Amino acid sequence: MRRLSFHPCGNFKESYAQEITIFETDFGRLSLMAGLILLFGVLPFVSSPYFLYVCNMIGIAAIAALGLNILIGYTGLISLGHGAFFGVGAYAAAILATRLGLPFWVCVPAAGIVTALTGMVFGIPSGRLKGLYLTIATLAGQFIIEYILVHWESLTQGTMGIVLPEATIFGLVIDGDRPFFYVIFVCLVLVTWMTKNLMRTRFGRAFIAIRDNDRAAEGMGIPIFPYKLLSFGISSFYAGFAGAIWAFYMISITSEPFTLSLSVEYIAMVIIGGLASIPGSIFGAIFITGLNEILRWLTDIFMGMGMASGFGLNMASLRELAFGLAIVLFILFEPKGLAEIWRIVRSNFRLWPFSY
Amino acid sequence: MDFFIQLLVNGLSIGLLYGLSAMGFVMIFKSSSVLNFAHGELLAMGAFLFLVLTTWAGLPVYLAFLITLAGSFVLGFAVERLFLRPLIGESLIFVIMLTVGLASIFKGLLLFFFGGNLHTYPEFLPAGLGLQFGNVLIPPVYVASSFIGIVFLVLFGLFFKFSPQGIFMRSVADNQTAALSLGVHVKKVFALSWAIAAMVAGMSGIVLGVINGINVHEISAIGLKVFPVVILGGLDSIGGAIIGGIIIGLLETFTCGYISPSLRDVVPYAVLVCILLIKPYGLFGLVEIERV
Repeated sequence: MRRLSFHPCGNFKESYAQEITIFETDFGRLSLMAGLILLFGVLPFVSSPYFLYVCNMIGIAAIAALGLNILIGYTGLISLGHGAFFGVGAYAAAILATRLGLPFWVCVPAAGIVTALTGMVFGIPSGRLKGLYLTIATLAGQFIIEYILVHWESLTQGTMGIVLPEATIFGLVIDGDRPFFYVIFVCLVLVTWMTKNLMRTRFGRAFIAIRDNDRAAEGMGIPIFPYKLLSFGISSFYAGFAGAIWAFYMISITSEPFTLSLSVEYIAMVIIGGLASIPGSIFGAIFITGLNEILRWLTDIFMGMGMASGFGLNMASLRELAFGLAIVLFILFEPKGLAEIWRIVRSNFRLWPFSY
Repeated sequence: MDFFIQLLVNGLSIGLLYGLSAMGFVMIFKSSSVLNFAHGELLAMGAFLFLVLTTWAGLPVYLAFLITLAGSFVLGFAVERLFLRPLIGESLIFVIMLTVGLASIFKGLLLFFFGGNLHTYPEFLPAGLGLQFGNVLIPPVYVASSFIGIVFLVLFGLFFKFSPQGIFMRSVADNQTAALSLGVHVKKVFALSWAIAAMVAGMSGIVLGVINGINVHEISAIGLKVFPVVILGGLDSIGGAIIGGIIIGLLETFTCGYISPSLRDVVPYAVLVCILLIKPYGLFGLVEIERV
């Protein structure tokens, strides 16, 4: 067995391959292994059903947040329509499963592709325009898709909703929290691995070049428009993929949840977690989903104490306020998000007791 | 025919309102190139402040109106000072997201104190203000709002054209660095433009409240409808905002009247996408699109 490699006490990188390596030391690899074993081997068996449900929600949100981070963090384009794209994915999966009777493992990627195409339609204005206008175009996309989901009743059954068939993979029935935990987190791990590697390829580097300086990128021979559209497509694919899994997990879906505030929630995950950071997206998903659950719990407590009824204290206002505060405070005080805090904590540990 | 004319009148008045709401938005964008997603909430803040002053504090209308304007002015100033000034020079994403966060905070606060129900002002406009043309009736609120809209449009047009502050604002909008090196106090300009924009927003909020009653969700939805309006009119043109507002208003009422009421809220956004594809700088905006 070869010896464990330690952190060098300086920058001794000699090649580009060393620069883009994922694990600088073997400890990273080891702790990843330990983390995966904990995640798949221990967590589903020791946690309560409620906690498992929260974990699943985090996993789904993390997939969508990763996608959005590719768009916002790496390509520098802002989308306010990801809530609706999530909904497109959910409906696409539901319609494919009920109308065409396709199996779970076909529905989910297919829903992702449908969403990617939908997203790219709203990404087209980015060909002529810079970031700010694209934000407005996706805002329009949000409202148009929302309208279609509610009013195209022959396809989406409007407010009635659609009940999905049971999810099966090769004859295995997936129902309940624990089997879904495995499906969701295997997908999350795959998606994370894909994203991490995407950012090391020419595509990822092109996205980053476009974000940093689009004129220079154009000058270096990167065709801006196809890459922007591609980034948009990939990002929407993730949203649709997450939406499809969510639809199967929820069993029945209606058109209500896919509003602008869901879009804002996803953006909040990306900002709070940390722009252009893969662990950041996951931290953001944990933070926002956790915040949601804590707020629900708090509201229940207030309800129980009988304070709520007269005071107009409802879930909606508390949530809006808490989300707004979280976004604003993070932007003002830690614009690099939770990922930066995590980095600082880690480097403190690493340098302890001889930190400078 | 009467139906058509009534729709036309309604559309024009609603459109003028949209234009009025968009005016404050354009003002902020013109001077600091910030897309303000909290604009609807600024409208709502003005509307609710007026509600509190007239119904709870029982002040006379003109005094409440003036205090609301002053309060909105201070609110805009404070928002710029506390939240946006630290972000000068930061990337666009943070600025946009900050206004989205602010929108959530304001909306949460308003929902917390007033709930999501419809509130109405006491009747204070004289009935004689209404106009009657044959069978077509223009209600007093529409007359008053049109009047206010036109007055403010002219005032702001003159302000930007002739007053030193207005010229400073335009110079900052045009090129921040150049304005700074020529001795323009850029920070003061930012603060002032937010304050004035919030004041205009507060006033539009009151007018909206008089016409439709005030409801947090509806007013913040109108704040988002500002986007089709300003894109149609051109992001940096105040006159364009009014004309864009009128076009969107007419479009909405005609779709509502002739096609289907449910389409009403989505038509402006469909138009928005088309405009972005065909003529992205709008009808009157500065043609300054980079093709990268």
